[in-house]
Amino acid sequence: MSKRKTERLLGLVVCLLSTRRYLTADQIRQAVPGYPEQDDLFKRMFERDKEDLRDLGVPLETGLNHPFDDDLGYRVRQQAYELPELRLEADEAAVLGLAARVWQRAELAGAAAGALLKLRAAGMEAGDERPAPQDIEPRLGTPEPAFGPLWEAVRDRRPVTFSHRAAGRSEPQRRELEPWGVVNRHGRWYVAGWDRGREDTRVFRLSRIVGAVKFCGPPGSVTVPDGADVRELVRDWDSAPAREHTAVLRVRSGAGVGLRRHAVSVSPDEAGPPGWDLVTTRFANVGSFADYAAWFGPDAVVLDPPDLREAVIARLKGVLA
Amino acid sequence: MTGVVTSTERLQRLLALVPYVVSRKVVGLAETAAAFGVSERALVDDLNLLWCVELRAPDPYCPIDLSYEGGEIVVSQAESMGRPLRLAVDEASALLVALRMLAELPGPEDRSATSRLIAKLEAAAGEAASASAQVAVQVDLHGDGTEGLAAQVRAAIAAGRRVHLRYYVPGRDEATERDVDPMRLLVVEGRPYLEGWCLRAEGMRLFRLDRVLTLTVLDQAAAPPPEAMPVDVDQGLFRPSPGDVHVELELSAQGRWVAEDYPCESVTDLPDGRLRVVLRTPDTGWVRRLALRLGEDGRVISPPGLVAEIRDAATAALANYVELPAVRHRPLA
Repeated sequence: MSKRKTERLLGLVVCLLSTRRYLTADQIRQAVPGYPEQDDLFKRMFERDKEDLRDLGVPLETGLNHPFDDDLGYRVRQQAYELPELRLEADEAAVLGLAARVWQRAELAGAAAGALLKLRAAGMEAGDERPAPQDIEPRLGTPEPAFGPLWEAVRDRRPVTFSHRAAGRSEPQRRELEPWGVVNRHGRWYVAGWDRGREDTRVFRLSRIVGAVKFCGPPGSVTVPDGADVRELVRDWDSAPAREHTAVLRVRSGAGVGLRRHAVSVSPDEAGPPGWDLVTTRFANVGSFADYAAWFGPDAVVLDPPDLREAVIARLKGVLA
Repeated sequence: MTGVVTSTERLQRLLALVPYVVSRKVVGLAETAAAFGVSERALVDDLNLLWCVELRAPDPYCPIDLSYEGGEIVVSQAESMGRPLRLAVDEASALLVALRMLAELPGPEDRSATSRLIAKLEAAAGEAASASAQVAVQVDLHGDGTEGLAAQVRAAIAAGRRVHLRYYVPGRDEATERDVDPMRLLVVEGRPYLEGWCLRAEGMRLFRLDRVLTLTVLDQAAAPPPEAMPVDVDQGLFRPSPGDVHVELELSAQGRWVAEDYPCESVTDLPDGRLRVVLRTPDTGWVRRLALRLGEDGRVISPPGLVAEIRDAATAALANYVELPAVRHRPLA
């Protein structure tokens, strides 16, 4: 941290806020202490300072006071700079405190804290958000390193490229995506958008992105089509298929609680050996239901359908292979 | 704030500090330092820096005048810095995304405070609010009656009542019965949990709502003992404990999901998209079941006792398939 730089930036903000007219770079150099004498050094430093202010969200305007002026001028309009008047009721402040805690330790935690600071600066009492409803505590995490750059890309409407390893694939593939939005569904982060290579909409799970996410176009170069609903895209991608098939299992008495929980019917297996029940249940696909049945090990035996039975046997043999 | 503070971060603080004092007219040093999360010394440095700001042209003047005598800060001249800077896109988004998520959670109270706050923030943030529409959080409360359970839990907490749970433990394939004094509804990583004092375990426990088989609100008042303290969710829900067993597992490319779904102590990439992971767990029962489920897509390497247990379980399960041949049962439905 450089104190001199902070002083200079602060001076620059105050200077630009207190002028109604556009000030040229030269006038700014005269007014704000801390800029170097040499023109090239000043230019570079001033460019960086403008960048820093824009990153902070200071609405820097450029323009001419007179159409025949040679040099572009700068100013910050007070109205564009200031947080508008905002009065919060006690119950709203309580909810605000809860909302600001949601991102704790996650990617947007700093942004949430910054927002809270500004609201306090606007007069909201620091203690106001304390008596938040104590009975509920929601949290969002962003453990995926891809979240930060993808959020920036969505915010700034920039295309990105990344490597993505689809489920079960041994090699990751390169993707070029116009990101439309990031969605957290059931605790997992996804990015949805237009896949330039596939020329279609695609959804990617962030935890399956390998390595860095890189921007591959300037800000503003992505257009989100009207009516594009990223929640809908992710929901369709992730939705559980209908349970269209029926399985019959022998389940040891007193065991297989998970299987019985969603069963269509459970009855003692009168035809079979003692100590077993017959459980009939619905399932969506053979692969994932075989996974589930194998979880119960020697406490469950699939009787029907045959392909499900074979799939479970294959898993068990796989364990011993 | 942690680590090294950059010049722009400090500038942000300075820009907020002036309106913070202005809106309160007079405010204590200690109180202000606490609100900004800095030491009193750092705060005094900030105030001095603000006081020293000087513009030289057209005429030299000091735009900010303030004092902090006797531990009380007063800003007598704030020029054009009397109001805080607008919310940046990230700031508006962080709050709005969180608020929209809160608005989806079921509960006994009315949600008007949340909706009113969303509307006020949207209005105040203006354009900066628009990007937040591109981030959505959908909490897994739908289906399997979880939504109703969440509302029941919050109602029980509000009424201060004990609940009786039939709770499913998949790792042991057991339905357990327990009385719980509910304390909070946690929603972490999109999943709702009941946190409370479990009378059976005599300790704080977390119960995943999607594993609650039945929940009954009892007539008895909840009476958690004084030592019943909610967990600090920011430290993670799953804490390693000294008694944990380390399980080493090798996964095929098809088995990689394990590393996404379970907290792993270490994950190492191997050739062909395979992975080696180390899990820590107090109870290896679920790992045995996981290994059966994975088949050839996952192999437990150690500890040896667990490796043997898994082989025995697979052998016994296969024997069932020999002894209980597939009799063609007509499906009932």
